[in-house]
Amino acid sequence: MLLVLEKRAEQSNTVALASPLIAICLTIVTMSILFAILDKNPISALGVYFIDPLTDGYSLQEIAVKAAPLVMIGIGLSLCYLANVWNIGAEGQLLAGAVAGSWLAVKTQGTDAGAWVLPTMLLMGAVAGALYALIPALCKVRFGASEILTSLMLVYVADLFLDYLVRGPWRDPAGFNFPTTAKFDPVATVPALIEGGRLHLGVVIALIVVAGAAVLLGRTIKGFEIRVVGAASRAARFGGFKSNRVILLTFAISGALAGLAGIIEVAGPVGHLQPGISPGYGFTAIIVAFLGRLNPMGILIAGLFLALTFIGGEQAQIAMKIPLDVTKVLQGLLLFYVLACDSLILYRFRLISPSPKAHHGVV
Amino acid sequence: MELFEAIILSVLAASTPLLIAATGELVTERAGVLNLGVEGMMIVGAACGFGGALLTGSTTVGAICGIAAGTALSLVFALMTLGLAVNQVATGLALTILGIGLSGLIGAGFVGERITPAPQLYIPGLTDIPVLGRILFGEDGFVYASLLMVVGVWLFLYRTRSGLIIRAVGDNHVSAHALGYPVLKIRLGAVMFGGACAGLAGAYLPLAYTPFFVPGMTAGRGWIALALVVFSSWRPGRLVIGAYLFGAVTILQLHAQGWGVGIPSQFMSALPYLATVIVLVLISRARAGGSTAPAALGTVFVPDR
Repeated sequence: MLLVLEKRAEQSNTVALASPLIAICLTIVTMSILFAILDKNPISALGVYFIDPLTDGYSLQEIAVKAAPLVMIGIGLSLCYLANVWNIGAEGQLLAGAVAGSWLAVKTQGTDAGAWVLPTMLLMGAVAGALYALIPALCKVRFGASEILTSLMLVYVADLFLDYLVRGPWRDPAGFNFPTTAKFDPVATVPALIEGGRLHLGVVIALIVVAGAAVLLGRTIKGFEIRVVGAASRAARFGGFKSNRVILLTFAISGALAGLAGIIEVAGPVGHLQPGISPGYGFTAIIVAFLGRLNPMGILIAGLFLALTFIGGEQAQIAMKIPLDVTKVLQGLLLFYVLACDSLILYRFRLISPSPKAHHGVV
Repeated sequence: MELFEAIILSVLAASTPLLIAATGELVTERAGVLNLGVEGMMIVGAACGFGGALLTGSTTVGAICGIAAGTALSLVFALMTLGLAVNQVATGLALTILGIGLSGLIGAGFVGERITPAPQLYIPGLTDIPVLGRILFGEDGFVYASLLMVVGVWLFLYRTRSGLIIRAVGDNHVSAHALGYPVLKIRLGAVMFGGACAGLAGAYLPLAYTPFFVPGMTAGRGWIALALVVFSSWRPGRLVIGAYLFGAVTILQLHAQGWGVGIPSQFMSALPYLATVIVLVLISRARAGGSTAPAALGTVFVPDR
């Protein structure tokens, strides 16, 4: 008997809905085994990871705060992936946005600049992220250079540039030589939604982005164009859609969203520019986009789930001394399982008995 | 002259991991499979290689551990992309994310430990020749192995029947399948070779380049290796040139930092990454129109029966 993969006549909608859930279950099973290997009680470890953060208000707010950048970036990346172009440098675009917005915060520090500072910072962050994402997009469109490699390389460049700024020209003179800018002024800080709470304006912006993407993809020609270019570029050409313009547009949008997420992170939860402002949001957002089936609502849920793994991972490190890298392993496994389950939307397994003929081709 | 010797030696050392990883990926891509997980396989290879050497005190065991780790991860990749027909780009990314996490987990206990670096060749008389002696006859085994590997891969791809079949599978899997070649099995072999090479390249870093393990020590070398394969137009010979050029850029920027050129060190450190982008653009522009990539690169193949 032989197990073979066979294309389904139609996509399976049942599998499409169940696939993320199956993937999460498989991840949890694998994690229990990993916890057992690490000599931790799997049940209590899973409890700390996935249940405990849901039981107190502070952690719940923290999940929303962590989910905001993941959802924003994930939405942008999903547009690229729908158009069948691979922006994997969102982390770099996030840093570019953070740097550009911080420039204004640093320059207006200690002046009597008014309420215009924060909106301008957010705008600058989005524009810088978009411009930074347009570099690999233009290299792709104009010269045919692989956007995968160029966008990824630019992550390292942005990281080093940020490092230079906070160790050099922007370093806080009163910061005991730590590589950080001074704390941003109140006018350059993303306001909290409730006084003393963790929720901030970025969470609202993330929700608006989800709604916007749902409208763009579900209700506009532009959204249709993105899908067609990704699914059938030849058909798109016959339809008069310009795939190059779609590539530039999706990269620009995803870069802008990553840049916006970056400056919100700096001006919000972090409060100043320093290295390591992002625990890899730009990369985790790739998982968010796929787990959410490249669908805005799905991405919102997936973003919340991955934010939960970040918070759970931090709590598991404190409570059970489980290394933080376990979270990365968990996230990587999750992506594997999602992709594997997604395969069953298009294909199914069939048992066949190999006939001797099938093994001898015409040679 | 001593400085010249030192620079050449360090360029060779910096280029070797790139060359090994890129050679493996070249074979994988020649068979039509794009494995973007090189960085992930390298970093796990580094952690396992260091662990093996730390436990046994043997560079060889370390190298074997690295190879085994890289191969194991490439099998996961093969299961996904060949067995389940999953998108290769997405799976490669997943492999890198998983690899970075795994290496942190495996290597957590290794941070701060030191091992004896890989021994260097010494042939009395030959190695003592001024300037050229150490460069030609005083390297560690990995450097010679990497060059032998390139020659071997070149001979295999262009001078053997199996090499021809691999290239055929990479250029047109439907025709290769119709001719009766087991496309998926051939690709499995190519993917495993790529994984073994990536694991070895990763292991080279803590075994010979620096005698200790740091999380994330591959620092994007896996991605640069992927870019080198594009640079080489999928030809092993050009891979050597590309790898040594990149090694030279890496080392020159390090020396420039030491000489205190007055340019911030971060800008110098960014040079290899910027160089990769520029080289990719130039090479893609030069080839505008006629791509030299294997025609079936990155496409899924599900045999119909």
